[in-house]
Amino acid sequence: MATTTTPQDIEATVIENLVSFGADADAVTREATLDSIDVDSLDLVELTQVVEETYGIDLDEADFKKIKTVGDVVDLVVTRVQG
Amino acid sequence: MTLRDVVITGVGAVTPLGVGARTLHERWTAGNSGIQGGEAPCADFDPTEHMSAKQARRADRSTQLAIAAGNEALSDAGWADGLPYEPELIGCVLGTGIGGISTLETNHDQLRDTGPGSVSPLAVPLMMSNAGSAALSLQHGLRGPVFSVVSACAAGTHAIGTALRMIQHGEAEAVVTGAAEAPLTPLSRACFEKMGAISPTGVSRPFDARRDGFVMGEGSGVLVLEAGDAARARGARILGTVRGYGASGDAHHITAPHAEGRGGARAMQVALRDAGVDPDEVDYINAHGTSTQLNDRAETRALKTVFNGRAGVIPVSSTKSAIGHLLGAAGAVEAVATTLALRDRIAPPTIGWEEAEEGLDLDYVAGSSRPLEMSNGRPPVALSNSFGFGGHNASLCLEAA
Repeated sequence: MATTTTPQDIEATVIENLVSFGADADAVTREATLDSIDVDSLDLVELTQVVEETYGIDLDEADFKKIKTVGDVVDLVVTRVQG
Repeated sequence: MTLRDVVITGVGAVTPLGVGARTLHERWTAGNSGIQGGEAPCADFDPTEHMSAKQARRADRSTQLAIAAGNEALSDAGWADGLPYEPELIGCVLGTGIGGISTLETNHDQLRDTGPGSVSPLAVPLMMSNAGSAALSLQHGLRGPVFSVVSACAAGTHAIGTALRMIQHGEAEAVVTGAAEAPLTPLSRACFEKMGAISPTGVSRPFDARRDGFVMGEGSGVLVLEAGDAARARGARILGTVRGYGASGDAHHITAPHAEGRGGARAMQVALRDAGVDPDEVDYINAHGTSTQLNDRAETRALKTVFNGRAGVIPVSSTKSAIGHLLGAAGAVEAVATTLALRDRIAPPTIGWEEAEEGLDLDYVAGSSRPLEMSNGRPPVALSNSFGFGGHNASLCLEAA
């Protein structure tokens, strides 16, 4: 599955899930900080579960240390999926 | 030490009769029932009409019910545009019997089917029994004492009694209090059925000779209590007064009440003494009245102990005839219903009561609602009873404004 996954697919998945967690759809852009869209550590754990399941990757807490924006999350997942 | 009087300035409820405290009061008073197919769900309740998507995802159904009832109660108290006291002086005490059991069940399914990695990071905050008081505190910025109480089917009444004490003793100017329960889940249903508590015929008819168990329901009731002097100073509309509270333990059996209702009688006596109300001054009893063989017999005996010869002339009715048994939420919803019944000087009916049983010979308000008759024009006074598995008994003495 990972071989046919594009960065755009991953971005769409990340955004779709953050919106389903209650974030404002218009505010969830690549540049938006997680704080600004009220995404907290519990949301990130849920998102991690989804992307691990969807893309067959493993993420751990340390991976999220430098994450500030939605784009950072997307890039992290893209790196792991392509790596 | 003179204790402050404590008044009720707002009420809210989500029950099987619909969304809203007035809906509960008006529909029960009119003799309507919210029981369908042997259960009493809040079929009209849509959480997204009462809270944000994020808040709804972060709340078990029991907490969602509490949030909706709490919003209504605060708005009813005139708090919609802001808190009338320092947040540090406003507490929140809610009760529940079993907390977030649907969350527990869902996550246990996940654990069993796909392993520990798949349980939700929200499972703990959703299933914790204190989730209701935490949610109302967070939403409304209540920073006084905030916690929940757990005492099975007496939890709502214990919560309100605890809130009363907090205000009486100056720990808070106001307390948002009540209870919530959402027990209509496969595990909870099976467990209550296995112990023989649930009516196999699916009929809730408290105190009737044919009663065969309770009908399980879900819902929430929330009241805003304020120190009377503070409420009057801000010009609040006052619905009623919490005059007194009494609690006791049976120390008799894990589930069965004492046959003579010994603990229940003592809770009522303590509540009356606490209120400074003579048994002769009680105009209405909102009974625990579960529709089980044991409760309704023991409660009837307890009422005879407390009121002697007058027991037969005081109207006694059970809200559970209209909405089933809301377990930990029952006492809170019934306190809301009693407050509004006293305000309107009315005794709502025990719906479906038809057949007397030997010894069960009180005035159970059969048929339809009836005006309360007070002898000397004073505001009517009621007791609202709750008894829980574990032998937990609690009673509130409420008075109309």
